[in-house]
Amino acid sequence: MDAVHEVSGRAIPFGLKNVDTDVIIPAKWLKTITRDGMGQGAFETLRANPDNLFDSPEFKGSPILIAGDNFGCGSSREHAAWALLDLGITAVIAPSFSDIFSGNAFKNGILTVVLPQQAIDRLMEVARTDPVTIDLEHQTVTTPFQDRFPFEIDPFRKHCLLNGLDEVGLTMARGDAISSYEDSARTAMPWLAHPHLHQGEHAA
Amino acid sequence: MATRPRTLYEKIWDAHVVERREDGTCLIYIDRHLVHEVTSPQAFEALRLAGRPVRRPDLTLAVPDHNLPTTARRDAQGKAIPIADLESAQQLAALERNAPEFGIRLIGDADAEQGIVHVVGPEQGFSLPGATIVCGDSHTACHGGLGALAFGIGTSEVEHVLATQTLLLKQSRTMEVRVEGDLGPGVTAKDVVLHIGGLLRASGGTGYVIEYTGSAIRGLSIEGRLTISNMAIEHGARAGLIAPDDKTFAYVKGRPYAPNGAEWDAAVAWWRSLATDPGAKFDKVVVIDAADIVPSVTWGTSPEDVVPITGTVPAPEDFADPSKQDAARKSLEYMGLEPGQKLTDVEIQNVFIGSCTNSRIEDLRAAAKVLKGRTKASNVRWAVVVPGSGLVKQQAEAEGLDKVFIAAGFEWREPGCSACLGMNPDKVPAGERCASTSNRNFVGRQGPGSRTHLVSPATAAASAIAGKLADVRELAES
Repeated sequence: MDAVHEVSGRAIPFGLKNVDTDVIIPAKWLKTITRDGMGQGAFETLRANPDNLFDSPEFKGSPILIAGDNFGCGSSREHAAWALLDLGITAVIAPSFSDIFSGNAFKNGILTVVLPQQAIDRLMEVARTDPVTIDLEHQTVTTPFQDRFPFEIDPFRKHCLLNGLDEVGLTMARGDAISSYEDSARTAMPWLAHPHLHQGEHAA
Repeated sequence: MATRPRTLYEKIWDAHVVERREDGTCLIYIDRHLVHEVTSPQAFEALRLAGRPVRRPDLTLAVPDHNLPTTARRDAQGKAIPIADLESAQQLAALERNAPEFGIRLIGDADAEQGIVHVVGPEQGFSLPGATIVCGDSHTACHGGLGALAFGIGTSEVEHVLATQTLLLKQSRTMEVRVEGDLGPGVTAKDVVLHIGGLLRASGGTGYVIEYTGSAIRGLSIEGRLTISNMAIEHGARAGLIAPDDKTFAYVKGRPYAPNGAEWDAAVAWWRSLATDPGAKFDKVVVIDAADIVPSVTWGTSPEDVVPITGTVPAPEDFADPSKQDAARKSLEYMGLEPGQKLTDVEIQNVFIGSCTNSRIEDLRAAAKVLKGRTKASNVRWAVVVPGSGLVKQQAEAEGLDKVFIAAGFEWREPGCSACLGMNPDKVPAGERCASTSNRNFVGRQGPGSRTHLVSPATAAASAIAGKLADVRELAES
């Protein structure tokens, strides 16, 4: 994963609430076995309208998306994060995110920035004409008009993003701790530690 | 740690901590990993590229479900019928290749045990109370109906679990949703969870794990509890939980992967000890009177858009929040509904009985009970029953339910996710309405332009007969 320090540029003033992952990437685009090319299907229904923001000359390829409450709700499909990346979006600012989506975004190096609705309203206004800057190191969102909105981020996620760390590799390095947990679970909860397939008495 | 009263969630969490970091993040051990064909190919590919094995293939089970056609899969000679959609076929083939390559058991399309992964897990005893269970699918919350901590994960997390059998997680806040009292006639688990969704809204559970408690929840069968927990994600909660009790143990006992002998006794003793301690604090408590719940239906494009079947379509101005007003306007336009319209006047063209929410034997029995001796209305173009698994299908056929459905004008299909999300050929055409026992009424969910009304199996059956969304209680009285 590439390291992320700052995301700066035009921000799409989208603003919609409860944007589910079926809207971000409809199910028919999930039949792939690679991570590439999802941008084509991103926001397909909305982009059927020729006047949509995503394809407007002004916002096409913008690195930031500003959305409403509960962004990324619904399905766990990571394809939603891949679709955003393929559109060029590397940061989303919203009042709240679904838990699964924010995890998926983080694992793909997409910054999810939580700000109060008031700040979102102001950024939506600025975004129509001017760029927005997200500084991960200092945890701020700023505009050319002296706006400065601080945001919170999980310190571990911040560390991983700033250093471009591979979480699977990090956890594999803790193999001994995992083995020692498995050893104790084998005694304490053997039915969980070792499932045995045997002839059942039940049908459905 | 043991001195402070703890919730069910906290007890399962504490039993699975491999390591606790300074910032509170924990490395959590995963007991069971269910894998299906849609969200796993990229995870297996990443393992292959990095030369990493699957740490515990014995704790992993692969089941195809999303893409499989629900029409016959074998011809008269027992030969596989090729899948017309090449992308679907390619994704299914990838799972069939990946599972044996990494030493994982695959319950394939020709096996009697195949079905929707969230139906198969509990049915096989692979999902157990007190276990941590994950799957690259948000409706993994379903398994919480057994008292398991179960939640959906993305593909990067699927890769993480395959490689390490753990996940790095922050503990969630806890919410108790207590439903007290007796459910009225015609009111099912689905109506309860739709009602809860209407109260909590689509994001009310974000950041929480919900424990459903109270006499109405305890009174439900395991099938009903799985239905409730399944839709925890529709209120934003990553997981739902229902404390395991004697009903749970009776359900689990004797299933293929369930413990037996001395291990069974030890397991039951541990499962009993998991119940939330008296005095344990939830971060939020919501109390609902079961008497307030009636058969429910959605009118819009978010699972929070719930009204009683006796109600009317709301107007955008009925909502205080300006952004919700805007969303309601868009939903009404998409759904082709007018404010003030009675729900029971809304004509439907399709009925779908199935999905990980409502495709278990009890769901099929409830629908068949309503349909027995009746037929679907002529304006209902497509009515279909998709059992949750091959074993559910066998059981239903042994009880003669298939004959009731077919006599009522329904199609009787092979198991899979089907029209819940239309990744296979089962779709609702643009502009048409579907009374659906699934879990999401999102824009385009059942096919581009499809209009979904979420209902219980009994309401779906009653609606098929009426040709309109219908109050099952009126039908029962006639």
